[in-house]
Amino acid sequence: MNRTEVTKDGLTHVRPGREALTGAIEHAGPRRRRGAEQAMVPDAAFTSYYGKPVINKPVWEAPDIPGYLFLGGLAGGSALLAAGAELTGRRRLARRSKVAANAAAVLSTAALVHDLGRPERFLNMLRVMKPTSPMSMGSWVLAPFGGISTVAAVLDLLGRLPLVGKLATFTAAALGLPLASYTAALLADTAVPSWHEGYREMPFVFVASAAASAGGLGIAVAPLHESAPARRMAVAGGLAELALSKVMEKRMGLPGEAYSEGRAHRYMQAAEGLTAAGAVGAVVGRRSRVLSALSGLAVLAGSVCTRWGIFHAGLQSAEDPKYTVVPQRERLRLRGQRQPVRV
Amino acid sequence: MSPELLDVAFLETQTPAAASGYGEAPPRMGFFTDTSVCIGCKACEVACKEWNHVPEDGLVFTGMSYDNTGGLGADSWRHVAFVEQRKPLGFQESGVEHDGVGETTELRWLMASDVCKHCTHAACLDVCPTGSLFRTEFGTVVVQEDICNGCGYCIPACPYGVIDQRKGDGRAWKCTLCYDRISVGMEPACAKACPTDSIQFGELEELRRRADRRLEQLHAAGIADARLYGRDPDDGVGGDGAFFLLLDEPEVYGLPPDPVVTTRDLPSMYRHVAAAAAVLLAGAVASFVRRRP
Repeated sequence: MNRTEVTKDGLTHVRPGREALTGAIEHAGPRRRRGAEQAMVPDAAFTSYYGKPVINKPVWEAPDIPGYLFLGGLAGGSALLAAGAELTGRRRLARRSKVAANAAAVLSTAALVHDLGRPERFLNMLRVMKPTSPMSMGSWVLAPFGGISTVAAVLDLLGRLPLVGKLATFTAAALGLPLASYTAALLADTAVPSWHEGYREMPFVFVASAAASAGGLGIAVAPLHESAPARRMAVAGGLAELALSKVMEKRMGLPGEAYSEGRAHRYMQAAEGLTAAGAVGAVVGRRSRVLSALSGLAVLAGSVCTRWGIFHAGLQSAEDPKYTVVPQRERLRLRGQRQPVRV
Repeated sequence: MSPELLDVAFLETQTPAAASGYGEAPPRMGFFTDTSVCIGCKACEVACKEWNHVPEDGLVFTGMSYDNTGGLGADSWRHVAFVEQRKPLGFQESGVEHDGVGETTELRWLMASDVCKHCTHAACLDVCPTGSLFRTEFGTVVVQEDICNGCGYCIPACPYGVIDQRKGDGRAWKCTLCYDRISVGMEPACAKACPTDSIQFGELEELRRRADRRLEQLHAAGIADARLYGRDPDDGVGGDGAFFLLLDEPEVYGLPPDPVVTTRDLPSMYRHVAAAAAVLLAGAVASFVRRRP
């Protein structure tokens, strides 16, 4: 193959190296530019590399991560409910919501640590404070929330230091606001199409879901004469959760279709059924302790299903190159250029 | 704030290393992978595995041409793609001729060695909560394995599907652009091993000039489908530190056609989160307001 020779006049038959042209062009020279014809036809179907996904699928697993999304919302929502109950003298709703907020915070932290590839290094989460990372900001919300919600719950149960307890209750409620909402940015700040494209609506879905779950639990655990605010939170939150989820799916375009497929679809449908039934039950059965409790738990379960549905929709959209390639192609087409390249 | 940060000219011309706080940094280094001269030998894959002690990750038969690697991941930092096409584009001579048919077979075989893009705006680095991922003085992006706690956030953040979690190890791994080698003036193992100079290592500015010349040469020769990928500093990731010359659409090689760093939308995400938190507070307050006092 290599015919390079050293002669008196230097090298002959030198191979072209990095200047090499592809195959036949050296022999044939330019022919018809058939390649250019294709460029005029818009992509009807998308192409991919053997159907392989473009992005790497999240390694996050259920139940840890969807469970964390749910528990973070429940913790934040319950902290708010506890503060409201404290202010309005609903002693039992306050106490039980404080315990719920704390238990959810502890469980959610356990879920997060369990999902780490190196759980023994969980404290590295607090090594830096990095606004470009929602996970870093979330860690800096969750850590103090865990501590303060413990103080609030324990002091209430012991009946000691009421002023410190009040302060802890209100601080936990303040931290509960970002805790219940930031998880939407956590998911959306990825290249996963069915998460990222929902970044405008998902925070609202998540706070609605948080209010629904906290309210649902509140109805389930508080006596009837104290549970009216929890009932309003559960019903309004649950209905908002359903409506906003639909809006999010619709506005996303193609990546929204992942919510109507496979596991994600089943969870989203279950969420609809449970939340709707729970909301109706919470209103109709407001004079029955048993019906109220069941309805509250149904709304709570609906919130769980919403989180699982959104989680799986993201995984499904990461596995199929269609969700990555087609919207990006469309974006390029709308920008009026064929390639992100210099031609 | 240092006076340089107020200097607009400085901000416009600064490198990722300078933006990351390096006072005096060497020039930004990168790869130009010219797939038009790639012969699919996989020397880059082997050299990378050997030099970086990247473990074996299963011998799987994929049925995807000569590609049993599959794609980039924790244990594949170079990946050679093999695309068989029934297309005459690029006028490639297949070498297959049938007597009596009179036509050469219209088949071309694209090969391309993929690698971490070392983005100007790197999503993996942005979202890393521990500071394990960092920007080197060469403008490259590297994981500090003694810091990584395996949270996995970088993995779905990467718009190219480069970084991944190593099984049984739990941490995230990817190409370091041979940080150890380039720190002492050597070229990365893959570029060193590449027999055709398809993988070229050097100062990014020089590589961009070289790539522009190569593109002109190919276009002049009638290879209209040749295009540069990741070359443009104005693209969704601010340009790649490792960019490519491709002979077909990026997605044919498994690359995203219009990648965008997800954190570009983060300010808006935070605004929506704040608005949602405000709605939650209002809703909670409203729940406690008695309608009939």
